[in-house]
Amino acid sequence: MALNFTPSTQNARILSVGAYRPPRVVPNSELVDRIESSDEWIQQRTGIQTRHIAAADESLIDMATKAAEVAIARAGLKAEQIDAVIFATISYPYQAPSAATELLIRLGNTKAAAFDISAACAGFCYGVALANDMVQAKTSNYVLVIGGEKLSDFTDPDDRATAFIFADGAGAVVIGPSQDVGIGPTIWGANAETRDAILLEPSYLDYKKNPGKTDLGWPNISQQGQTVFRWAVYEIAPIALRALEAAGLTPDTLAAFIPHQANERIIDSLAKSMKLPDTVAIARDIRTTGNTSAASIPLAMDALLKEHPELHGKSALLVGFGAGLVYAGQVVELPPVPKK
Amino acid sequence: MALTQDAVLAGIKEIVVEVAGIDANLIAMDKKFSDDLDVDSLSMVEVVVAAEEKFGVKIPDEEVTKMATVGDAVNYIVANGK
Repeated sequence: MALNFTPSTQNARILSVGAYRPPRVVPNSELVDRIESSDEWIQQRTGIQTRHIAAADESLIDMATKAAEVAIARAGLKAEQIDAVIFATISYPYQAPSAATELLIRLGNTKAAAFDISAACAGFCYGVALANDMVQAKTSNYVLVIGGEKLSDFTDPDDRATAFIFADGAGAVVIGPSQDVGIGPTIWGANAETRDAILLEPSYLDYKKNPGKTDLGWPNISQQGQTVFRWAVYEIAPIALRALEAAGLTPDTLAAFIPHQANERIIDSLAKSMKLPDTVAIARDIRTTGNTSAASIPLAMDALLKEHPELHGKSALLVGFGAGLVYAGQVVELPPVPKK
Repeated sequence: MALTQDAVLAGIKEIVVEVAGIDANLIAMDKKFSDDLDVDSLSMVEVVVAAEEKFGVKIPDEEVTKMATVGDAVNYIVANGK
């Protein structure tokens, strides 16, 4: 017998955003000796002045819990009303169970659907795409999308290509039902042939196969800077413009641009390639936050709304891109002024 | 028509002036991008992408890392251009 039900749909939007940055601020001067670099060199190549680094006993889930609690409260909701959690991260140190289920325990809501996604720096935008579809299809009503990273656990302080780039933090949004369409179509995909450009290795199995082999080292992120920069600027700008067009907007009618905060030079080049006018507010949270992978877009969104409260409820183009190489972009209506 | 060394050098000069904002007269075949012309590794990507467009030649990343001087880039483009 055929199924006997009639599907229905609803609109979705971002209801709120919350952010958590660990209190410890690390300036470039603290990192330069080990990599024979300088504050000026780092700022020139990345725009980064300072970053937040979590304490040794402050876990990814500690940070995620704080960001999630803020987002849930700002949406005027209670934790038990969240019926799905999507956790985007590459730095949860367990393969299973998921970071999302550990977060559920901490939020005091152990019943919601919960899972992690691995899409690196595109993870938050992948999560927004999934949550939008889930709310639209009424699979869920209130979805918590969290991007959280403790990249300091997986960054080699002696690697001249990455030591000053990666940092820690967590950002969260609640996506729920809306009168109007609040999230535009997602443009996403991969360039997997360039998969080697950003790696986090060795794998668990490398250790199992080579017991006691100490020179394998701790798994750290490595990246080919030029390859990633080239891809991020010249391949991602057209993707971002497609997301804008898919939402029925143009650079002239867009209020804000919140790209993944990988490197300020990438942000500058993207804005230039996309010919964004001065009327578009551009997130530059990278300067004081560093690159926090999946957390960077919600952290930057929160900072931008703090700096420009008039942007609440206005349109923002989000675009994430990173290890895979994978990307996703969509236009969202920024959350309204918090209820609380 | 094959690209001549002079034509490619002139084109590279225009690109480097645009990317690095330096005086065209400082740019010559023996100048090093990073040490002499203030073109760091990321700016070099911009130079390469602009050169690819201008000369219709593909410059893979592994070749970019070998291009220390303006002459290295000019010679690669002359050898591999149409």
